[in-house]
Amino acid sequence: MRETKLWTWFMLAGLVILVLLGLHMLVAHMGGLTGIGVTHRNADSVAEVNSQARDAGLLYPIVYLILLAAALFHGLYGLRVILFELGLKMGAQKAVNALLLLLGLGLFGFGSWGIFAAHALYAGRG
Amino acid sequence: MAELKRYDNRLGVWGWLGGGRWGIERYAYILHRLTGLGILSYFLLHIVVTSLRAKGIYLWTEGGFFHQPIFKVGEYLVFSAFAYHAFNGVRLILVELGFAVGKPFEPVYPYKTSLSVQRPLFIVMMILAAIFLAAGTIEFLGLVE
Repeated sequence: MRETKLWTWFMLAGLVILVLLGLHMLVAHMGGLTGIGVTHRNADSVAEVNSQARDAGLLYPIVYLILLAAALFHGLYGLRVILFELGLKMGAQKAVNALLLLLGLGLFGFGSWGIFAAHALYAGRG
Repeated sequence: MAELKRYDNRLGVWGWLGGGRWGIERYAYILHRLTGLGILSYFLLHIVVTSLRAKGIYLWTEGGFFHQPIFKVGEYLVFSAFAYHAFNGVRLILVELGFAVGKPFEPVYPYKTSLSVQRPLFIVMMILAAIFLAAGTIEFLGLVE
């Protein structure tokens, strides 16, 4: 039952990523084509000025935070599925679970700090 | 956590990578996992690199460490991996939820599989992935002002 729930969350996280990472791609890698999230059209979509303009607002930090959580869960759970399919013993499974949970929480903490700190830094400059 | 009955993974990693004669969906599955692992590796590094902007460090802009052509190529590969992984992932979710696999029927020889029923969905998703990839390629090649 627990595995079914986790698998369902895994799929839902995939859908969330599809929408938000799709948006991120439209902004960061296709910004010249779409113009989405590009405040300074004379600069590259990932240039400092455009990145700081996105950090200064509220929309992108919120999008980044949700994307960070969904992508970490989806990616690390996917890695867990692949590793377990190789036929790990129970002890190794527990070690993998603990390691991935620790890695996920650590990176979520670091990533969240980056999002909030960048927002605080550039929001005041607007 | 319940102990599951396990079978020997006789072929090891090759059993995971080898598609054999299982058809294009089996290779789609392998590619889905490989692209997933590639995207995950990039993403873990991406979190660290982009978070440094909170300290005013922009490693991906002009003059930064990641502004070299080799990383641009790597970024394009990640983008391609995302295009495939995303559209194939949508197909997997639809199939998992029972869409596009047809209605169940009594198995009568010569047996048919649901694989051929869902193949049009696979083709449509790959076409969409190719369109998305083409749009991204235009941007990467700098063909847009």
